Amino acid sequence: MVGWELPPLNSGGLGEACYGLAKALSKKGVTINFILPYNLNIKSDFMNIMYANEKVSGKKILGPYLTYSQWLKAVKSGSVGFHDYISQVLEYAENIKDLAKKERADIIHMHDWLTFPAGMMAQDVMSKPLVAHVHATEYDRSGGGFLNGNVFRIEKDGLERSDRIIPVGGRVGKTLVSKYGIDHKKINVVYNGVEDPQKPCITPALLNLKKLGYKIVLFLGRITLQKGPDYFVKAAKIVSDYYPKAVFVVTGSGDMQTQMICEATNLGVVDKFIFTGFLRGVEKDSIYQAADVYVMPSISEPFGITALEAVKNRTPVIVSKQSGVSEVLQNSLKVDFWDVEEMANKIIAVLKYKSLPKDLRRESVREIVNLTWDRSADEVLKVYKQLI
Amino acid sequence: MIFCMPSICLYFQVHQPMRIKKYRVFDIGKDHNYFNDSSFTALNNKNILEKVAKKAYLPANELLLDLLKKHKNFNFSFSFSGVFLEQLKKFNPALLKSFKALVKTGRVELLSETYYHSLSFFYSLPEFESQVELHDKEIFDLFNKRPQVFRNTELAYNNDLAYWADRKGYKAILAEGWDTILGWRSPNFIYEPNIGQAKKGKKRIKLLLKNYKLSDDIAFRFSEKRWKEWPLTAEKFTSWINRINGNGEIVNLFMDYETFGEHQWKEHGIFDFLKALPEKILEHKDNNFVTPSQAVEKYPVRDTVDVPYIVTWADSERDLSAWTGNNIQRSALKNVYELEQKVKKTNNKKLLDDWRKLQTSDHFYYMCTKWFSDGDVHKYFNPYESPYDAFISYMNVLNDFKLRLKEKSKGNCAGRIKIVE
Repeated sequence: MVGWELPPLNSGGLGEACYGLAKALSKKGVTINFILPYNLNIKSDFMNIMYANEKVSGKKILGPYLTYSQWLKAVKSGSVGFHDYISQVLEYAENIKDLAKKERADIIHMHDWLTFPAGMMAQDVMSKPLVAHVHATEYDRSGGGFLNGNVFRIEKDGLERSDRIIPVGGRVGKTLVSKYGIDHKKINVVYNGVEDPQKPCITPALLNLKKLGYKIVLFLGRITLQKGPDYFVKAAKIVSDYYPKAVFVVTGSGDMQTQMICEATNLGVVDKFIFTGFLRGVEKDSIYQAADVYVMPSISEPFGITALEAVKNRTPVIVSKQSGVSEVLQNSLKVDFWDVEEMANKIIAVLKYKSLPKDLRRESVREIVNLTWDRSADEVLKVYKQLI
Repeated sequence: MIFCMPSICLYFQVHQPMRIKKYRVFDIGKDHNYFNDSSFTALNNKNILEKVAKKAYLPANELLLDLLKKHKNFNFSFSFSGVFLEQLKKFNPALLKSFKALVKTGRVELLSETYYHSLSFFYSLPEFESQVELHDKEIFDLFNKRPQVFRNTELAYNNDLAYWADRKGYKAILAEGWDTILGWRSPNFIYEPNIGQAKKGKKRIKLLLKNYKLSDDIAFRFSEKRWKEWPLTAEKFTSWINRINGNGEIVNLFMDYETFGEHQWKEHGIFDFLKALPEKILEHKDNNFVTPSQAVEKYPVRDTVDVPYIVTWADSERDLSAWTGNNIQRSALKNVYELEQKVKKTNNKKLLDDWRKLQTSDHFYYMCTKWFSDGDVHKYFNPYESPYDAFISYMNVLNDFKLRLKEKSKGNCAGRIKIVE
């Protein structure tokens, strides 16, 4: 497997997904050599972690989610060199050559465009079938805005070269056909899995709020254009007009955080917001458990694992219709990300009508019992077997 | 052994609910029209009626009228909900006329039910009785008929209902011929409900049980290509009926009238099937058709059937769980029925009518989450995006209704009305 990041050194869902899938595959007897671009000093007891570059990187490794506008901003501010973005990706491809010559593999499985040049390079050397896992495309990251032409070209090359493509949802699969011109016959959708939460326990601060009768509406994810934080703020304004005892918790970090705070201030609801910063593990689970409803207003979301994490923590969810998870989670409330009135209507309904969260919780928990990495691994194995 | 062919008893349920439009929390206190959706969605009652009329009701009516003319021994029965007839009067008088023409032949029996197609029997007896009275009055006004046979919404039935219908003087009542109430017995006989001995000189009400296997062969399986009997022809169906000879006196085929043209499509041959059926059945000289009240005159009671719990015609459970199975359904039902006294105290016609329209069973059916994720029959019949969406609109509407009720109850000692539940 050719990857870019792994937990705990991950910035979001890509690393988590690679980890979950690799673990489940290894349980099924697949030997995994997981390649990372630099020495990140990560240990694993179920797969061989290898580094294309054995040296610990002195440079900052770029997160996998930069959009073109963020990248331009970073370049302009001087924090990232002009070519760092693409050059790290190309460097990875250069560095993987030696490993590819040394190691054996039956399948080369790469994850998103950052790993495509490296994956293609490995194939050049090893001449083995190539599988591209698509967790997100440039179309998703840019939210329909500016596309980075270089990234798009790398994606298109990688997808065309691949023998099989595994998108994480039906919507992103359609994007591959319509925007990248990929033959639908080599596309197999495999939904992500989700782990059970580690421990159920609620953070005291929020517990106190809840004791005072406040209801908690949660946004959890990177605070970037793709995730629709601005729509969340607009909906929050409407909700608090109709339901004053609602508090809006924002968990995550990102380039739109300042904008989010400004927007909340302009709308006069900033006092209803709590920003917790990025959380992981038990802390993240506890914030899910504190929430009365989780809202995922993403503009474009290939999958949206957070919605399933919320369900695992027994929290009712509202997801945008523009997400892959809405294809597999029928027992959720669905809205168009831009329809903030409807979003508010549904948030208020969950807070107000007690039987609604009860049934959403009960039915959604029941529904996702089978959405495990184990099942995802079975689907991926089926794809492998077609190639070997 | 007496060689005797069974009688065929056809009953078609004709109903369209007044669906609640998408109604948001922001509409509460501002918009008091709940049923006037004008979008292109399946919530637009006028459009739906027009569509179903064109695809199903009108061609089926025309066909049945022809069949009545052609076969002197052919007859059948309808049960109309009041909310359906109300929509006919408002949106489609031509269709009403075509139903009237059928009834005028004198060979179409009309059954009794609740005007609002509600499950009120299980929530409030006085309310239920008012709705049945309203229904029977409407039938008399429109068709000049007085129904003598009762069928409850969704064929929901138990001993108590039979007892009530007996006291009201109905000759017969319909129910599902479900295995658990019949045991080894066949639905193809006339039964008697378990409600004690009749008073001297008085006739007891009789029970007609749906032959669900044969009914559902037409209503559910007709177009199902994976079914081993597909394609179903009138010859084949008649041969199954004829096979019953000696082992039954009556075959009750009960189904939604929308079976013809809406649930089963013209393109799949449902009208050809219906057209050929009476002829095939009547080919045997001994075969005949009866309406429910003719059936109970013609055949004796063979046994008593005890139904202490509620049996309906829905789903594999045949209980009320499609309407009352989850929390959102139960909370919506509780919220609407607990307003009864307050609504009645206002003596306000519009409020009473709106409140009753909110009792129509379909509203609760749309909130059903059973097998929702498997995408089965419930999803097919649901005009809302999800059961939860149905519930949200319903509860928002109910809260608007409560505001109006509060307004009208001022100085009426109706007490406090809780707005949020």
